[in-house]
Amino acid sequence: MTTTSRKRTFWRGMVDGSPFLIVLAPFGALFGVVATEAGLPVFQTLAFSVVVIAGAAQFTALSLLEQEAPTIIVIATALAVNMRMAMYSAALTPYLGAAPLWQRSLIAYLTVDQSFAVCAVTFERDQTMTLAERVTYFLGVVAPVVPLWYGCTLLGALLGENLPPWFALDFALPITFIAMIAPALTTPAHIAAATTAVVASLLLVWMPFSSGIIVAGLLGMAVGAEVERRTQKAAP
Amino acid sequence: MTEANVWIVIIALGLGSFLLRFSFLGLVGDRALPDRVLRHLRYTAVAVLPALVAPLVVWPAATDGQPDPARMAAAVVTIAVGYVTKNFLAGIFSGAATLALLLWLL
Repeated sequence: MTTTSRKRTFWRGMVDGSPFLIVLAPFGALFGVVATEAGLPVFQTLAFSVVVIAGAAQFTALSLLEQEAPTIIVIATALAVNMRMAMYSAALTPYLGAAPLWQRSLIAYLTVDQSFAVCAVTFERDQTMTLAERVTYFLGVVAPVVPLWYGCTLLGALLGENLPPWFALDFALPITFIAMIAPALTTPAHIAAATTAVVASLLLVWMPFSSGIIVAGLLGMAVGAEVERRTQKAAP
Repeated sequence: MTEANVWIVIIALGLGSFLLRFSFLGLVGDRALPDRVLRHLRYTAVAVLPALVAPLVVWPAATDGQPDPARMAAAVVTIAVGYVTKNFLAGIFSGAATLALLLWLL
């Protein structure tokens, strides 16, 4: 890959990842505010976001810490919330598994909902991408996203309660993910997978530690794979 | 909640999260995965992310878990616009506009 094409691929990743900035900025700031309000020092709040980089798990851990839950329960529950990262890792392996170990380690650290969602959709749609292009594209996606996550956590921690209450901020995250997934529903198999996952997730919401999400996701994947197998068989 | 306690959580959670993310990518590497597995993996994103979002749409934390027509409508509009236009930003903005309008009206 030449320098120009590498730059172009990196830029393309940055552009594709940038819509998430609107969502992540308030979400990161909110974590900073909530963590410092819970009594965490500013440095520790920032370290939380740098070491873990997983919003949902961070909020989970924080709320359990506030409830004085046993440390082991805090860790186990937050990790269960993050269990989907193992599935992301598996889904990225066919595209990025051949990269050198240090690159795979870096990519693993930077695998978050946003980078996975953008890359999984792009890699599937554009099968002509080379390994180097995929790695570059991935780094392009996270280049604005991850530093912003750190920065806004810090900002939130420093500003604390002075922050204005954001308008229906809670819903920025769901809308972004829905907008990401809807255009990817290109075949009956994709639609079947998503529909199954939604129904199952709503029915399994009683399962402890958000584990219903994992089960619903696995059910959706199984249904998608089965529909794909049957439609291929039906085709001549 | 002591400061040391929080550090333990941060480090354990960071390490555990890294291992979850590294698991397949690091250990399987470029060994070919069976077709059956690949076929399932193709649906990870369209299954896991909707599963993650669905409860947040139906039982939003902001309304203490009470179903909220504005949020529900915003989700439906986002799906419809995103599906029809195949455009990410069109989905986001129409969803956000729907939510803003309905929260203002209701």
